[in-house]
Amino acid sequence: MSHLLELHGVAKGFGQVAALASADLVLDAGTIHALVGENGAGKSTLVKVIGGVYSRDAGEFLLDGESVDFRSTADAKHHGIAVIYQEPTLFPDLTVAENIFVGRQPYTRFGTIDRASMRRSARELTAQLGVPIDPDREARGLSIADQQIVEIAKAISLNARVLIMDEPTAALSGVEVDRLMGVARQLRDEGKGVIFISHRFDEVFALCDTITVMRDGRYIATNPIADVTVDEIIRQMVGRSVENLFPKEEAEIGHVVLDVEHLSRAGVFEDVSFQVRSGEIVCLAGLVGAGRSEIARAVFGVDRYDSGTVKIDGTVVPRHRPAAAMALGMGFVPEDRRKQGLAMTAGVATNITLAIRNQVAKAGFITSKLEQAPAAEWARRLHVKTRALDTHAFMLSGGNQQKVVLAKWLATNPKLLIVDEPTRGIDVGTKAEVHRLISELAGTGVAVLMISSELPEVLGMADRVLTVREGRLTANIARVDASAERVMFAATHAPDSAVET
Amino acid sequence: MTRTQSWWEWIFRARELSLIVVIVALVVITTLTQPQYLFSEGGVRDLLRTPALYIALAVGEAIVIITRNIDLSIGSILGLSAYFCGNLFHQAPALPIPVVILLTVLFGGILGSVNGLLVAFLKVPALVITLGTLYAYRGIAVLWIGGNFIRPEWVPKEFTQLALSGLFGVPWLLIVAVVVVLLAAWFMTSRRTGRELYAIGSNPDAAVLYGLRTRRLTLLPFVISGTLAGVAGVIYVSIYATGDSKVGLGLELQAVAAAVVGGVAVVGGAGRIWGVALGAFFLATLTTALPVLSIPSLWQQAVVGVLIVGAITLDRVFFVVRQRQARKGLSA
Amino acid sequence: MTVETTYLRHDRPLWRRLLLRPEAVLIVAIILVIVVSIIVMPNYLRPNPNYTFSTLLLNAAPILILALPLTLIIVTGEIDISIGSVLGLSSAAFGLMFAAGIPLPVAALISVAIGGLVGAFNGVLVTVVGLPSLAVTIGTLALFRGIAVGVLGTTAVTGFPSAVTSFVRSTVPGTPIPWLIVMFIVMAIGFGVLLHFTAFGRGVFAIGLSPENAAFSGVNVSRTKFTLFVLSGLVAGLVGVLFTLQYSNAIGSNGNGFELRAVTAIVLGGVSIWGGTGSLLGGILGGLFIATVNKSLQVLGIGDDAIYVITGTALIASVVVSSVAAAISQRRRAITSTA
Repeated sequence: MSHLLELHGVAKGFGQVAALASADLVLDAGTIHALVGENGAGKSTLVKVIGGVYSRDAGEFLLDGESVDFRSTADAKHHGIAVIYQEPTLFPDLTVAENIFVGRQPYTRFGTIDRASMRRSARELTAQLGVPIDPDREARGLSIADQQIVEIAKAISLNARVLIMDEPTAALSGVEVDRLMGVARQLRDEGKGVIFISHRFDEVFALCDTITVMRDGRYIATNPIADVTVDEIIRQMVGRSVENLFPKEEAEIGHVVLDVEHLSRAGVFEDVSFQVRSGEIVCLAGLVGAGRSEIARAVFGVDRYDSGTVKIDGTVVPRHRPAAAMALGMGFVPEDRRKQGLAMTAGVATNITLAIRNQVAKAGFITSKLEQAPAAEWARRLHVKTRALDTHAFMLSGGNQQKVVLAKWLATNPKLLIVDEPTRGIDVGTKAEVHRLISELAGTGVAVLMISSELPEVLGMADRVLTVREGRLTANIARVDASAERVMFAATHAPDSAVET
Repeated sequence: MTRTQSWWEWIFRARELSLIVVIVALVVITTLTQPQYLFSEGGVRDLLRTPALYIALAVGEAIVIITRNIDLSIGSILGLSAYFCGNLFHQAPALPIPVVILLTVLFGGILGSVNGLLVAFLKVPALVITLGTLYAYRGIAVLWIGGNFIRPEWVPKEFTQLALSGLFGVPWLLIVAVVVVLLAAWFMTSRRTGRELYAIGSNPDAAVLYGLRTRRLTLLPFVISGTLAGVAGVIYVSIYATGDSKVGLGLELQAVAAAVVGGVAVVGGAGRIWGVALGAFFLATLTTALPVLSIPSLWQQAVVGVLIVGAITLDRVFFVVRQRQARKGLSA
Repeated sequence: MTVETTYLRHDRPLWRRLLLRPEAVLIVAIILVIVVSIIVMPNYLRPNPNYTFSTLLLNAAPILILALPLTLIIVTGEIDISIGSVLGLSSAAFGLMFAAGIPLPVAALISVAIGGLVGAFNGVLVTVVGLPSLAVTIGTLALFRGIAVGVLGTTAVTGFPSAVTSFVRSTVPGTPIPWLIVMFIVMAIGFGVLLHFTAFGRGVFAIGLSPENAAFSGVNVSRTKFTLFVLSGLVAGLVGVLFTLQYSNAIGSNGNGFELRAVTAIVLGGVSIWGGTGSLLGGILGGLFIATVNKSLQVLGIGDDAIYVITGTALIASVVVSSVAAAISQRRRAITSTA
């Protein structure tokens, strides 16, 4: 009997970057298959190849034992493959029912969309998933959990045989995760093949039957879940033992650099107060969507806040003015380096000198010649691998791109550096380099506020961990007390039940 | 889920209702000022037939805007189509009237598809393409027509009768416009393709991931708006039986105004066809009412500008307020 | 690994970087048009009172000047298609004030200020209200033109003092270069330095490349855009005054369609309509190219009417060419990277 879905040696490259070198995956009907790997291991690219978004450069792709070649997402859908992407892809102006049925709405005898039957089916589908959603409401404003239910309803109504969930639980609360896992099991019992991507091992081990590990765009291993342990999986993912990854050096912790008091923004975060001292690395931990990035963005001034104060070295930072925050010594390495950290179609030098353009200028004037020296110096210090300084950022690998972003901010000589998911989507080698850099930076007396979704990174780097849950700080855990269990517990439970700190 | 709505929000959401009220008020006030406006030979007829032209243009424009694009060339397409129609009557008097109408409408559709093909296949912003064809088509009209114009004697009497007579006092032209609105509204609300047009305007990236045929869905609205501009050209000749190379100049702005006043979101994804029709009716009524209210027709374009800027600003303000309330509600 | 890394300043040699620049292509194209015209049309160089070099430049000047701030706006990824109407509004105000007996310098200053004010109106709607600039300026295109036509009615204000009008039309003594062009060159240098050699200009490019990245890098996106819309309004107001004096005629339709010609010049000059790339020089060369083609057409005896078709087609052609070129270079990059 052939497998439901089978991929061998699949490769996909973008420019000089090979997102997938050689990926293998074998999925059987009636199973839930975990796909794990670090960020940047190529999971999402693989998913997009299966879903018809990308066409593969090389390798075999079999569906029910027959070779397939999807030219579009519609093609993949037609073959019974449904993907629920990390970012739900709904149409905000259309109703829930229409979002489920776009392009396949039932017609009446008169060639008119049969709204009644569409509504009924939508209601049945969401109820079947245990989450009744009003089929007539606009998709705009649905919670992420509800959006995912709509996506799953869409997949079920398509009669998909293969359902891929790309980190569906990243932004969900405990109850919502349980609900989603229930849905996944239900689908498995109906004989569908489910691919489940997650960073949370407890979920993976509770839910999945088989597990495939990827690293650096390559297939590493596939095992029945019962035959492996979390430690073994982590070793396969990382390719070496975890301790080596986080060379956090002891740094002398000095005076308070960043002082945040009672920061609030309606509906986003509330009454957030914390301090970061010179030489200290403070991590904001929590689920995706808990408000970590939002707090950091407000502190830096990219976003607004309603009340509260932010001080650097005792000086109040004006609201909503990143330029003022920078002048006082703040830097920000943002979460999404392609959109927020870099100008992808501009050269390395242009990118590195953007944040220091006022310092580079002589008598108010800048020439590209003036930009060369600082750009070359910082590129060199961070070992950016590029031939020329006018090479566009999109031509570089993810790791090198991140080094350019770091160079850009280190060039500003910050007192406080905020780093939001600094190692997302970069290879293991560069990851270690980035960790070393951040650690060295703290060693020179810079205060570091780090946001990370990777627990090992949080535990390895942080002097102190602050957990955020639904826009509030729930715990303040010192390095010696920090453990994976404790951080996860605080990140998912209301503060009153959190461990006393 | 019930959310309390403030009164202004309710009024705003019931855009069509407010438009009807405004139109009625406008007609009443104008008639009180100058009874001939309504109660004269052809008063009601004029009130009912002028909107036909605007409605045809506005519906096409609205469909383009719903897909997050813009078509600035429809005024020029109308001009070219009108002369094409008049000239056809002149050059080929033997052709039956329905054939002339059909050819003109087809002609408009072809001009529109040039826009659509360029936008859809070259992924070039619609603004640039249709700004280019706005002038190119107008230039072709000027070169072709020169100092010439459509002469009333070219146009057959039966054809101008379409504008003069009607069914139970409703001019044929308005009936044509109503048919256009009904067809377009049915297509946009009750056909899969129509819903896909809303979808692509609502979230273009999702449309690609979802596997919608984005090229076809980008092309189609331009073909529709060109075709309807052709229809408007036919309507124009039927009403006026004359016209030079300037016919339709600047009407694209009126169409945009009608669409946004009628509730189409400038960022795409939302808007109802019958709201647009009412917006067009309102604009057309305003055009005829302004001179009667002793506001020189010279101010007409300024009024159009105020309507566009006002409608999009209000839309945006209400949207932001609603978002903010939703966020506050979430935190409470 | 311990070897000190050195970086090249440029990936490709100078000649390859220059070769396919739109600016280089345009210079060649302009020379080509002139050379071909000289060969094909024997009377091209013969002095003709209607089509002198000076009139060519004089006619091109308003568009060239309008294109300066518009280039910066387009580099940020926004657009201002109301400039032709702002020009008309300023012209109408200037004419009315002159007719009312207000001294010319005062009237001129107020007219320019009106330009700045309506530019600020656009800017507020785009940056504070958060509307797309295209929708805003389509609305104000109608609004400002409507006010200009409304206040002036069907009348035209003429009879400006001939000393002033002839000065505006005059050339630098001993040269065929109009004073207006001298003014344009000064302004062009100003805008060129602002865009290419200041921190503000770096911010303008950064916004066009990625607004979010710009905001994260300390660029005040709203303030930058607002400043540019005000500048655009001021310049359009200034051109309104000069245009009125140049033709000694203030009518409501002054500057009709100039937004198209300015956008065409800029896009033709290789400035991306998506923002982030391009140069001020490109836009200027684009404007000169259109002017040169116009002159040849006029000498050929093809009337002004053809210019609409040519400009419209040129605009479409320029975006089509750049979009096709981008697609080809992308494909080539993909091929070389897999090799």
